[in-house]
Amino acid sequence: MEFAFTEEQEMIRDTAAAFLAEVSGSEAIRQVMATEQGYDPALWQRICGEMYWQAIHIPEAYGGMGLGYVEVVAMMEQMGKHLLCSPFFSTVCLASNALLVAGTEEQKSLWLGKLCESGLTATVAFNGGSSSWNADAITATWKRSGDDFVLNGNYRYVVDGHTSELLIVAAREEGSTAEDGISLFLLPAATAGVTSEWLPTMDQARKQASVDLSSVTVGAEALMGEAGRGWSQLAKVLDLAAIALAAEQVGGCQQLLDMTVEYTSERVQFNRTIASFQAVKHKAADMMLQTEVARSGIYYAACVAQEALFGGELAVELPEAASIAKSYCSDAYFAIAGDSMQLFGGVGFTWEYDVHLYFKRAKSSEQMLGGGSVHRERIAVALLDEGVVS
Amino acid sequence: MKLSFSAQDEQFRTEVAGWLNANLTGEFEKLKFRGGPGDEHTYPEERKAWEKKLAEGGWTCVGWPAEHGGRACSIEQQVIFFEEYARAGAPGRVGHIGEGLTGPTLIAFGSEAQKEKYLPGIVSGEELWCQGYSEPGAGSDLANVKTKARFDEDRGQWILNGQKVWTSLAHEADYCFVIARTDPDSVAHKGLGFFLIKMDQPGVEIRPIEQITGTSEFNEVFFDEAECDAQDIVGAPGDGWKVAMGLLGFERGVSTLGQQMQFQNELDEVVALAKTNGAARDPIIRQRIARAHAELKIMRYNSMRMLSGQSGSDGSLQKEALIYKLFWATWHRGLGELAMDVMGPECEILDDGPYELNRLQSMYLFVRSDTIYGGTNQIQRNIIAERGLGMPKEPRVTAK
Repeated sequence: MEFAFTEEQEMIRDTAAAFLAEVSGSEAIRQVMATEQGYDPALWQRICGEMYWQAIHIPEAYGGMGLGYVEVVAMMEQMGKHLLCSPFFSTVCLASNALLVAGTEEQKSLWLGKLCESGLTATVAFNGGSSSWNADAITATWKRSGDDFVLNGNYRYVVDGHTSELLIVAAREEGSTAEDGISLFLLPAATAGVTSEWLPTMDQARKQASVDLSSVTVGAEALMGEAGRGWSQLAKVLDLAAIALAAEQVGGCQQLLDMTVEYTSERVQFNRTIASFQAVKHKAADMMLQTEVARSGIYYAACVAQEALFGGELAVELPEAASIAKSYCSDAYFAIAGDSMQLFGGVGFTWEYDVHLYFKRAKSSEQMLGGGSVHRERIAVALLDEGVVS
Repeated sequence: MKLSFSAQDEQFRTEVAGWLNANLTGEFEKLKFRGGPGDEHTYPEERKAWEKKLAEGGWTCVGWPAEHGGRACSIEQQVIFFEEYARAGAPGRVGHIGEGLTGPTLIAFGSEAQKEKYLPGIVSGEELWCQGYSEPGAGSDLANVKTKARFDEDRGQWILNGQKVWTSLAHEADYCFVIARTDPDSVAHKGLGFFLIKMDQPGVEIRPIEQITGTSEFNEVFFDEAECDAQDIVGAPGDGWKVAMGLLGFERGVSTLGQQMQFQNELDEVVALAKTNGAARDPIIRQRIARAHAELKIMRYNSMRMLSGQSGSDGSLQKEALIYKLFWATWHRGLGELAMDVMGPECEILDDGPYELNRLQSMYLFVRSDTIYGGTNQIQRNIIAERGLGMPKEPRVTAK
């Protein structure tokens, strides 16, 4: 048992941290978040061409680096800390995972290859506008038409949906309910009948879009896996993405804590730094507790995700590990963001200081893929709903 | 990162579980799940016998070096031992203070004579220890101890006068380690000594403290001209604080996984009850149970991080270790509240008069002490802020 990063993983993390400190400072974030596109294409090309982050956990057979999900989590933590505006989460943590989990050999070879080579951007769309983030959230439909499939419906909260070159969409067979009838399809954004539109968001540093499918007709090569049996695969993809998002949240927690300690150690009132007041120290201590507990949660979840993707006995723990990580980290990030703003006082309320960027990210990432109560209810179902006297 | 245990360690797990399964029977059967925190008063004689049984099997002091009579288990094996011990429902250890605190302290700071005199009794499970730190005027401010030790040249003995408080197991213990002031004019952490005191002597009086549970596991201990052999001071007079703090550093978290197994047993009882009495249908209760479950899981991962990580050679703790006490104590206190809310109005009804609490009721009341002893939540937050975040230390007010 060695529940710590290896030296190589530490090196990857530290390299990422140094790079992000250089390219994702406050000025850069603010410039990019004001655009509709939401990321700097030149920087994304640098990330893909020089750093090769998009390929980190893709097996070498498909042109990737062949590292694992622990590395993805370590990177996401750093991206959350530096609030990097990029299509990394949508492309790597949603779309690549969907390809790895549900793609046919041909689809993996083709699309993962493009992803690794050219920095293609991609995302997953499934939620028709529900806060449940489960199978019921899928309202778009598919039906057969000869050998083809015809897709109709719309999606909201699609991360980078307006800029992604490739969409992976979930739809249900007309008339199906709950977890039945669900299939995943690969749709290049230029496919006839696909339109996507930017949705302006409170957290400007992560872009969301709506996607509409109007009688989109695709061949069998677009279908991922077996028709109608896609829910378990999508559920796995969403769990993997939730773990990555939780890692990003931990990075945000750490940044807020660091910023708060630094600020309160400089700010003088009553002839002493406000960091010397117990009311401030104790709040900071609680922030550190939540940050470290959250970090323990995501490191374990990262190990589980690794085995869920590439094999191992921990794979069965994926749904629970994802819900534990996402519920704890979501709550921790928002609580820390609120406390941080309180400790910054008036300046924390300004547009000029960075606190609000993290405060806004805390809420947007909390809601994305289900917040604390959604994931705790998932845990409760597994824990409590067997053998209940009714 | 690698979470699995080696085949050799799994073999060890089988061995531990097998031994416990074979031996926690007969006269010891009734000790299952008893004697933990809040339940320390139960079956003292049987639990002392259990210590000797453990020693016969070589299951005391598993983490100590072999040269001092230990089993020299690796960290992984110690984790496994404590996990299996708790999983089997083996009783709370009456020997844990000697094994976990006295022994490691003597191995690190003690003289050869002290090691020879005291370590074998701890390993054999025959000699029990208690801890004489807190005093009425020295709780959170531990360095404010007033108990005095003067050296009597004629008798060749240290003579102690003063009072200790919150001394668990004092009434069962053979020895007590005590911090006392060797320099009567000293203040704070200077001028202290670390003494090994025999409990069975005229100068030592023990008075139990009745707790909110109606039971007693803590005591007051009074020293009135109590004697301590000249060779039974650990370190030099004046080194007491260094030894006392070194001792606290030996709690490195190996036993925390066993503690969590006990928490798991308690949470399992709460979950089972909620399913039986319908509380599991209440959406708020569901959220609270799920949160308790999630946080207990993470508590385990946090301990795994603590055990895999490298603490500073100066005894400094990593961040995940610094927050641990505050985290588990607050969690456990919350579990007590949750247990009562799951019980509903039945939580008020006792098993029997005059004050027979069931396990969950007893737990609910006892866990109020978790956020107080061993450094209150407020002291923990000071420590985290100062050592973990580098925030300014509390200003010291000089005594008049």
